[in-house]
Parts: sequence; structure tokens; C-alpha cells
Amino acid sequence: MKRVVEGSQAVAEAVRLAKVQVISAYPITPQTHIVEILADYVSQGRMKARFLRVESEHSCMAALIGAQSMGVRTFTATSSQGLALMHELLHWASGARLPIVMAEVNRALAPGWNIWSDQSDSLSQRDTGWMQFYCEDSQEVLDTTLFAYRLAETVYLPAMVVLDAFFLSHTYEPVDIPSQEDVDRFLPPYEPAFQLDTKHPYALSPLVTPNAYMEMRHEMSAAMEDVLGLYDGLEEEMFRAFGRRYGMVEAIECRDARVVFVTSGTVTSTARIFLKKLRERGEKVGVLKVKLFRPFPTEEVRRALAGVPKVVVVDRNCSFGLGGIFAQEIRAALCNVPGERRVYGYIAGLGGRDITEELLEEIYGEVTEGKGPERENIWKGLQEVSHGGR
Amino acid sequence: MLEIRFHGRGGQGTVVATIILAKAFFQAGWQVQSFPFFGVERRGAPVEAYLRLDKEKILVRTNVVSPDHVVVQDRTLLSSIDVTRGLKRGGWILMNTPSPPEDLGRFRGWRLACCDMTRIALRHGLGTRTHPIVNTTMTGAFAKTLAMPPLEALEAAIEEEISVNPKGNVEAAREAYNEVLLVGEVD
Repeated sequence: MKRVVEGSQAVAEAVRLAKVQVISAYPITPQTHIVEILADYVSQGRMKARFLRVESEHSCMAALIGAQSMGVRTFTATSSQGLALMHELLHWASGARLPIVMAEVNRALAPGWNIWSDQSDSLSQRDTGWMQFYCEDSQEVLDTTLFAYRLAETVYLPAMVVLDAFFLSHTYEPVDIPSQEDVDRFLPPYEPAFQLDTKHPYALSPLVTPNAYMEMRHEMSAAMEDVLGLYDGLEEEMFRAFGRRYGMVEAIECRDARVVFVTSGTVTSTARIFLKKLRERGEKVGVLKVKLFRPFPTEEVRRALAGVPKVVVVDRNCSFGLGGIFAQEIRAALCNVPGERRVYGYIAGLGGRDITEELLEEIYGEVTEGKGPERENIWKGLQEVSHGGR
Repeated sequence: MLEIRFHGRGGQGTVVATIILAKAFFQAGWQVQSFPFFGVERRGAPVEAYLRLDKEKILVRTNVVSPDHVVVQDRTLLSSIDVTRGLKRGGWILMNTPSPPEDLGRFRGWRLACCDMTRIALRHGLGTRTHPIVNTTMTGAFAKTLAMPPLEALEAAIEEEISVNPKGNVEAAREAYNEVLLVGEVD
């Protein structure tokens, strides 16, 4: 049934429907509503779960590693500095092959202290062995949270469901909340392949010498690759259960496009309006939504961008010293493919600044008029800054 | 698409009012999107919330900069906030006020609607004299001013969203619906 709910509630409803058994979180804006709603559900008995209050995000992830090792389904949500504080244990969770699921509300890192949307927090965790999904609306957030459990528990890797601060987390819109029956059909109870057992004590994650470590890492890498093979099949199952699927990427009107905008998160949603308007004017433009970031869907990206002469990547993030992170990944995906093309890296919307239709049109104008990118990274929408005469 | 901006003060339930209206419009067949001003809120400080309405799925994911209509839940905001900022010509300004403001000239080119929401809210026991809760009352005046959402959908949304004294809130909305003064275009 469709109800008007906040994006944060869409996450919480998915966690309730997934029958998560242990939740731990430390509050941080803009993640707070998610865990407030879940704390209510637990205290009202609407969820049969333990809610572990902790003194930091580092402890939170440690608690979930412990809980998940006992063979239960777990959840947390965080943002920004909170995610950064978890960093060490993110590696531990994936290395220990624990399918923990997290909602990550994209928020800028400080200083300047900023609570608004920016992808630099989740993207700076790209090498931790967590899957990452970037969502476009609250429906996708709900569905992807359920999907993340199914996928994580299949390949034994943790997963991060990423949603934009405020643009999703604090926005109310209609969301179809599936029935418990439909969810149960898609997401069976978690049956761990391994778990701690007090009756048969043994230790997990001991010292691993050079003669075994590399194989463990290779298996992690292979599990990530397995995701790419399993993804469409599992989404097909989700489609049968809820009638919705999204794809690792979504190529929108890319086939005959001369310019394709690569977007992620809510920017895709705004780009759909921009695309419709430009197509009505006869402009050969397309949008490639990248939802799955880890593992990176290289083949799907190559297929969607085959024969496209100009690729624009809009990044709401920055890796200082190189530029937009999605742009780097797209360039890397395309570098061994024959054909002439140019990749324009645009950085916009940092710290919650709007990325509007008008801004996308401006970029389109620059890209169609010019021959090649002036610079590898173009910062869009900057204001003049005065440093007070220094 | 219609975009509406709501002005209030922290603690007046401005955000809740937009949620109630979003739910009522959705029930009446509209696509909706509502959100607060993205920031930090403090009791008594000026706050804003927004509502988008459309017959098709709402895709835009940006702040509202040029609303079609505005609502002012607290007229003391007029001295510190430009409530007409970006407001489209001909749009409604629905104001919580016992009588139309004297300096009407500043609203030239827009349409004005006035309702003594504070008095109505207090009569139905919503909040206290120093801290009246006018949000549900406002939604009633809103429904009359824009001739939507239907009153029944609004009443159902209030009952769903307000757990304390839902009946009083519904009655206040109904009274505001009947009492709001549609001054109309200011020239």
C-alpha cells in the first residue's frame, strides 16, 4: 500500500520488514530519524529486536560484528563523521565476511561543519569491501534495503544503502510499503553459513600468515565479482515479489545520444526532467544512472556508453588531488575500450548546494559548444570568494 | 506543478502541517513531496517548510526558490522575513492575522487571505495563550483558500497525523475553512 512517508521511515520500514534482530546506532544528523523510528518500533514491540545503545560509531560497528558473528541479522545507520569513525571496523566486517547492512545518509565532512548532502563520506569508504548502492528516491531506498540483505547474505559481504541527506532522508513522498508476506517470500530468514556457538566454542578471525591471507582476500574479491553475476537474477526475484527493479545502472535514452550525463543519487531524478525537456527540443542527450558503485558495473557502463562521443560525469564529491570520484571510475571503465570519446568531470552540489535543471543545462551548453574539456575537473556554480585582502 | 512555502516559528508545527497537507492531497489523487527547510531548528526561530503538488510523479530534488503560494503562520515574522521572496505573481499569501495588515501595499500583485488562526486554535484548546498551536487550523484555511484538498481528505489526514485531541484539531480546521477571509488580489 502506498503511504506518504519520510525517506528515513522508508529505511525503517524496510528494516522492520526484514525482521532485523540486532540494531545498533549512534545518533548523527541527518541519520537520526531512521534510528529514532527503529527505537520506537523496538520499544513498542513492533520489532522483535535488540537495540544496542553505544558510545560511538566505532563501538556500534564492533557491537554489530559481535552480533552478526552469532548468526543474526543486523542493521545500523550513520552519516559523515560517524562513518569515518567506523572506518577501521568497516574493513573488519567485510574481512570477517559478515553481511551487515547499513543505511548511509550522505553528509559532508567537516570542517566547515556541514550537515547537508555530499557523497564524500561514503565514497571515501569505497575500498573497505562493502557493497554500495546509491538511491534516487525513497521507494528505491526501501526496496534496496531489502535487496541489500538478500544480496549480502548470499555473498557474505556487508552492504551500504546510500541516500542523500535531506533530499531523501527528510522528504515525505508516496512510498509503496510491501506486505510482510511479500517480503518474507523475497527475503527468507538469515541462515548463516558459520556462526559462533557457545556449545561448540571456537575463535573467529585469528592471526593469518602470508600463506593464507592472500587467498582470503582473493575470495573477497571473487565474492564482489559474484555480485555482478547474481544481481539481475535477484532483482528479478524482487520484481516478482514487489513489482519493482532498478538495475545496476539505468541507461536512459543513451542509445543515440551524443552527450550522456552520468549521475548518482537524487541528481538522477532532477536529471530526468532536464533530459525530457532537452529531448523535446530534439537534443541527442542521455542519462546514465549509476546505482551500484561497489562492485563497479564496468561492463554495464561500457555497454551504455558505447559509441557516445561525450560523457559528462556529475560528482557531488571530490577526491582532492584528482577530482570527482565517479568521473575517475567512469574514465577507468572506458580506458580499455576502443573508440574516441571525451569524459568531462564536473563537480557540483558539495555540502548540500542544489544541483538544478538549470545547472545541468549550463553544463550541457559548455559541453556541446566546446571541443574538449578545458580541465579534467570543472567546478560548477562556484561563487567569488574574498579572503579579506590576504 | 505547484510549489508552496510555509513560514512559521520552531515549535508551531509548521513541518507537521505540510505533512498533513501532503497526506490529504495524496489521498485526493495528487503526487506530493514535502520537506522542511534543510537545516537546524530552534524553538521560536523562523522556520520554513515546503510542499510540492503535481498530477505526475515529482522528480525535482532541489530547494523551492519560486513558490506559487505562501503561508505565514505567525505575522510577527513579517518584520524580519521577506515572506514574498521569489513568490510568483498572482500567488496566494495566507496569513494568520485577526485583520488584514495595514500596509497592504507591500503585497501588491499577489492575492491575500486572512484568518485568525490563533483565536480559533485557542478556542479548541490547541496549545496555550503564549504558545498556540495553529498548524491544523491553518490547514483548514489553506483548503478553502486554494479550493483543495477536499475537506474530508484533510480531516482524515489530521486524524492520522495528530494523536493528541484529534477531534479538536479537526474542528479547528473546519472552523478556519469556514472563516478564512479571502481578500483576493491586492492592488
